[in-house]
Amino acid sequence: MKKSGNFIDNLPKIYGIYTGGFLVFILLMAVLEQMGVSADTIGILFVGFTVFIYAAIGWLSRTMQVDAYYVAGRQVPPVFNGMATAADWMSGASFVAMAGGIYMGGHAYLAFVVGWTGGYVLVASLMAPYLRKFGCYTVPDFIGTRYGGNLARFCAVLVLVLASFTYVTAQINATGTIASRALHIPFEVGVWFGLLGILLCSMLGGMRAVTWTQVAQYIVLIIAYLVPVIWMSNKQGFGLFPQLAYGDAVMRLGELEALHQVGELKPAETFAGLRALTVKHAEAAGDPFAAWKFATLTLCMMAGTASLPHILMRYFTTPSVKAARQSVAWSLLFIFLLYFTAPALATFTKLQVLDPNLATGIIGKSIAEVNALEWIKNWSEVGFLKVVDSNGDGLLQINEFFMRGDIVVLATPEIAGLPYVISGLVAAGGMAAAMSTADGLLLAIANALSHDLYYKIIDPKAETKTRLIVARVLLIVIGAGAAAVASLKLTSILGAVAWAFDFACSGLFFPLVLGVWWKRANRQGAIAGMLAGLISGTLYLYAVRFGGMEPWLGIDHLRFGIIGMPVSLVAMVVVSLMTPAPSDEIQKMVDDTRVPKGDTILSSSH
Amino acid sequence: MSNGSDHATHWRRTRALMWVTLTIWFVFSFLVHWFASALNESSFLGFPLGFYMAAQGSLFIFVVLIFWFARAQDRIDRECGFAEEDE
Repeated sequence: MKKSGNFIDNLPKIYGIYTGGFLVFILLMAVLEQMGVSADTIGILFVGFTVFIYAAIGWLSRTMQVDAYYVAGRQVPPVFNGMATAADWMSGASFVAMAGGIYMGGHAYLAFVVGWTGGYVLVASLMAPYLRKFGCYTVPDFIGTRYGGNLARFCAVLVLVLASFTYVTAQINATGTIASRALHIPFEVGVWFGLLGILLCSMLGGMRAVTWTQVAQYIVLIIAYLVPVIWMSNKQGFGLFPQLAYGDAVMRLGELEALHQVGELKPAETFAGLRALTVKHAEAAGDPFAAWKFATLTLCMMAGTASLPHILMRYFTTPSVKAARQSVAWSLLFIFLLYFTAPALATFTKLQVLDPNLATGIIGKSIAEVNALEWIKNWSEVGFLKVVDSNGDGLLQINEFFMRGDIVVLATPEIAGLPYVISGLVAAGGMAAAMSTADGLLLAIANALSHDLYYKIIDPKAETKTRLIVARVLLIVIGAGAAAVASLKLTSILGAVAWAFDFACSGLFFPLVLGVWWKRANRQGAIAGMLAGLISGTLYLYAVRFGGMEPWLGIDHLRFGIIGMPVSLVAMVVVSLMTPAPSDEIQKMVDDTRVPKGDTILSSSH
Repeated sequence: MSNGSDHATHWRRTRALMWVTLTIWFVFSFLVHWFASALNESSFLGFPLGFYMAAQGSLFIFVVLIFWFARAQDRIDRECGFAEEDE
């Protein structure tokens, strides 16, 4: 995997062979299962084998060149960058928690699905092509050059580190959870195992290594997500394209919800972290307050998407501005494949559990019968679900079945009675999703600290070799810090992910957008925008989440970007207008950023 | 070839495209879902329409929108003489 034109030309062939090899591996595991190899061994083989492949790719992509380390040599073709971005983007939360969130939350939860896809429209139209033209290595590199001065650069580094670090702890947490279940090791050990895999992928080759491992991880995660859903749909007679055909299943759920009195029967007991189903699947609350909550969450997730540095920096790696725009479209297409499947998965799984006509249905059956089921036993043991008989009638009602949303994806193969090889595949997919996102995030943090803080601010005379060593040392230190925080289990996976989006959009959205679209924006304005947005958002988060304050207008801790963003915009515009316009030189720079033609603003190795 | 007026035309058309794109984006990000409850009264492909738009419809439109945007912007760049040379 040495850098050469040949390698790029051969990409379709290389990843074609890789995909074929992975499918053969799945078949091999299926054969082993038939031969009586234990489920545990198959799980270990799946996770161990895939992580080994990623680490091998990371090793083969090692480099000592600055532009290869920071931007993969700017030669990643749009389609492959699209796959890498999709893997970078789809985290443990998308893979593991999204279908579960829809299962539990119904229509209201789909705000995440809409927000996490629509954000790419903002990336394509407002950000990515211009940042690519700029030629920066990192997002703070753009802020620092466009607005000038170390303080602006430092503020951008601050927002980036806060947002990305929040996010990466959630990812390392997810790798730890999956590794500990698949390999049968304690969670705390699983976290460090996950980190080791992540560092092997990113440390030696920086962006170049992360790019090629992320493509490999995308292929694993999308196969792992689609196979069980298609299998299950086929088994239930919905055909091979369940995404187009589950309308009937949604309608059927409506009938079952009436039958089981979903929403009317309230749970009589509570268990920490577990929930009983009380929300109807497709029903959208008709009141404006619910619509407002949907819209605010969507907006925060979208603006956050367009401000998260680990996503934006993926578009620095394409060969041209045009390729960057196309690449955003490919990214969303690859993301779409998973996101439009997640609601289908949630629907089928819910049908399996609720429909008394299916062999797998449990609601309405006797408690003793349900407790004897293998998957109920397995997941009860680890405290992920609970069956109680609140009213003492010996039958399981909807409000007597408690579970964690996270298990929907992981447990579905067991619930539907699919062979164990599918569970192993899903574990490998979840691992790929969490690792690929963690890779991108750790690299974004380490690059900002090594390039912007160390090289641009602290020691501008540092030699290439020193810079790349500093980058790697930082990667290890930050990774270890994130793993240490993750092992404390402070927030649930999803909570931390939403916070990262809110931090990013509060601090960076307007300084990035206006840097391209408003020539009059100046340094003072940008600094005011970043700090005011970040501080107001963070204070509001603290007050609502920990200070016991009543949220204003339903703007809870998941949506604090709704406070941070307008504050950031107003501060940036007012302060910019009160201070002198940027110099002619800067204005010329903005003009050059706006057209694809010509050299990048920053030279190719700066 | 790049004099001041070319720059101005290019940027005016780029800005117009951006606003068209963001208007479509706004409709399918916010407007449609604001009326999800009412839309659920009708059905599409067997789905309640409000649910369908949030689970699939809007997503599909976003994908098509970005591919279209990339083509349209490229056409603007070419016609104004600001496209990259080496392609």
